[in-house]
Amino acid sequence: MTLKTTAAPGSQKVGDPGDRVFSFILRAASSIVLLILIAFIVLLVIDSRESISRFGLSFLSSSKWNPVETEINKIAFGALPFIFGTVVTSLLALILATPLAIGSAIFVSEYSPPWIGKPVAFIIELLVAIPSVAYGIWGLFVLVPLMRDVVEPFLQSTLGKIPVIGLLFVGPPMGQDLLTGGVVLAIMILPTILSLSREVIAQVPRLQKEGMLALGATRWEVLTKAVLPYARPGIIGASMLGLARAIGETMAVTMVIGNSSTKITPSLLTPGYTISSAIANQFTEADSPIYFSAIVELGLVLLIVASVFNILSRILVMRLVGKGGGSHA
Amino acid sequence: MKKIICSVFALSLVLASASAQAIPGSGLVKGGATGEAKDLTGAGATFPTVLYTKWFSEYAKLTGVKVNYQSIGSGGGIKSISDQTVDFGATDGPMTDDQLKVAKGGAILHIPMALGAVVPTFNIPELGTDTLRFTGDTLAGVFLGDITKWNDAKLVADNPKLKAIDRYIVVVHRSDGSGTSNIWTSYLAAVSEKWAKTVGAANAVQWPVGLGGKGNEGVAGNVKQTPYSLGYVEEAYAVQNKLSVGLVKGKGGNFIAPSTNAVSLAAQGVALPDDLRIKLVNSDNPEAFPIVGFTWILVYQQQTDAARALAVSRLAWWCSHDGQAFNTALEYAPLPLDAIKKAEVLIKSIQINGNPALPATIAK
Repeated sequence: MTLKTTAAPGSQKVGDPGDRVFSFILRAASSIVLLILIAFIVLLVIDSRESISRFGLSFLSSSKWNPVETEINKIAFGALPFIFGTVVTSLLALILATPLAIGSAIFVSEYSPPWIGKPVAFIIELLVAIPSVAYGIWGLFVLVPLMRDVVEPFLQSTLGKIPVIGLLFVGPPMGQDLLTGGVVLAIMILPTILSLSREVIAQVPRLQKEGMLALGATRWEVLTKAVLPYARPGIIGASMLGLARAIGETMAVTMVIGNSSTKITPSLLTPGYTISSAIANQFTEADSPIYFSAIVELGLVLLIVASVFNILSRILVMRLVGKGGGSHA
Repeated sequence: MKKIICSVFALSLVLASASAQAIPGSGLVKGGATGEAKDLTGAGATFPTVLYTKWFSEYAKLTGVKVNYQSIGSGGGIKSISDQTVDFGATDGPMTDDQLKVAKGGAILHIPMALGAVVPTFNIPELGTDTLRFTGDTLAGVFLGDITKWNDAKLVADNPKLKAIDRYIVVVHRSDGSGTSNIWTSYLAAVSEKWAKTVGAANAVQWPVGLGGKGNEGVAGNVKQTPYSLGYVEEAYAVQNKLSVGLVKGKGGNFIAPSTNAVSLAAQGVALPDDLRIKLVNSDNPEAFPIVGFTWILVYQQQTDAARALAVSRLAWWCSHDGQAFNTALEYAPLPLDAIKKAEVLIKSIQINGNPALPATIAK
């Protein structure tokens, strides 16, 4: 009799009250996450209504951000320089950090002896926990002078001489610009990407690697044919998490990017502004309703930018997984 | 040890100067009052936080009234008093007519507490400890982007040694909205028609040129690190961090260094409106430093709670009289007598149920 009441393996039936309570708790937990997101979007839209209706699409296309009404300049809010700054610094950070992170993840998990690999991995995980304002102070007092006096003049005298690429390095090196913002972000997201990639690479089945070695493959071949294809989706996922951190990062970038929204130029050596910096800088003193509303709309735009990046990366992962699976079969 | 001696010396100086020009009306708040609220809340400007912290701890010792002050920024202070979530607000920039209209509790009084100055600070390695002389014209020119180099003829006219500095000026401004920027832009708008027409004066503006630093420390950090830069910070911050500070030409034609005395003079011997809701920049007093502003607390004229009305009015009286003795040691310019007299009228006009909130023993 007692045997009959226990569910057969694989049965979907949930008869036990404990099970029902537990599944209710799980459902509630996941719906709360959803509700928070919806509440978040609803609030942003409500508070930014005034700005949305007054400026419409010009909020996204104009680069005039003037909170003060004067005789010649009317109040206007256009977020283009902020969007530009956010996208450029985040992508720059991704481009700089990803190769370094993957390279050292492979080294730590595949090439280095454990007595190096383990402490290195531990130190990297410590880096993830450093608060961003500490990165910002370090950036302002160490990185900015280094960029201004050494790196940027060097880039101008080398890459700056190449016709099209040279446009990226025009202007007096001030050290507080999009490039420095990107570098600080790269340093910040490096540990995130690295530690996740390392975990993923460590998950590659031993048998696969040993099988390759048994067939007489070199280390390079094991890496490129067995390890990386298996770990690829995970590594891309890690990079995307890094990118997400870069997009939302506020304090560290605010302290080194120059906070200037006057113009958009191709040069990475011009001071810039990111969406999150603009919110952090201006929120407390946004004294007129329209100014406040425009700042809230910036939050909405940031959410949209982050979502677009997220969706793009999902698509990327799906396509690569499809390909990888195909070649394996 | 040296520090202690220094501060003892500074304190005795303060006491000496305070007794030299004793403020009539101080010493009238002698202890706690019956029927007075024992807890007050205030919120607003960050600039006077250090002074207010000192004041409120002294005031609690004297009267037993605890004041909880949150330095959330002038904008937040105005919002809090308008929504009636605090007993008093605090701001570095006067409320606009529109802001006063939407306040939920009726008329709001601006009671000045101290004066603050904003000073130009620069970094030119070749100059060493030499200072520079600025005029409203040159400062506006630099911040508008019309003057781009240190050896511009207009700058050289007042500073011959700049002739050799053939370098671009790196302009540094605040990136966050702030009362400091309000005083600075108000000054530029007062001296330059072009600035008034294109940029205007506010806590945050669209800066034509330059880098933005977050907070006084962000601007000071940028200026210290960037050769050939020019920025602006609060006078107290510049003194405490030993920054190179420029002299600025006052209305009388003199180049004036920003001392607390020169700052106080901006509100002495000049016409002040009765509501004291005034930007003091470019003062008519020829000895006054020109880039100066009041910092105020904001109080409703018609109070609704008798215990709080009594506590707030007594607090305002003590701060604007006895409290001033602490200002100089903390690098805040004390209110001059002219301003205190006008402030007295405002404090006496605080009412509860049609009667003055301030006890008759103080108001006389």
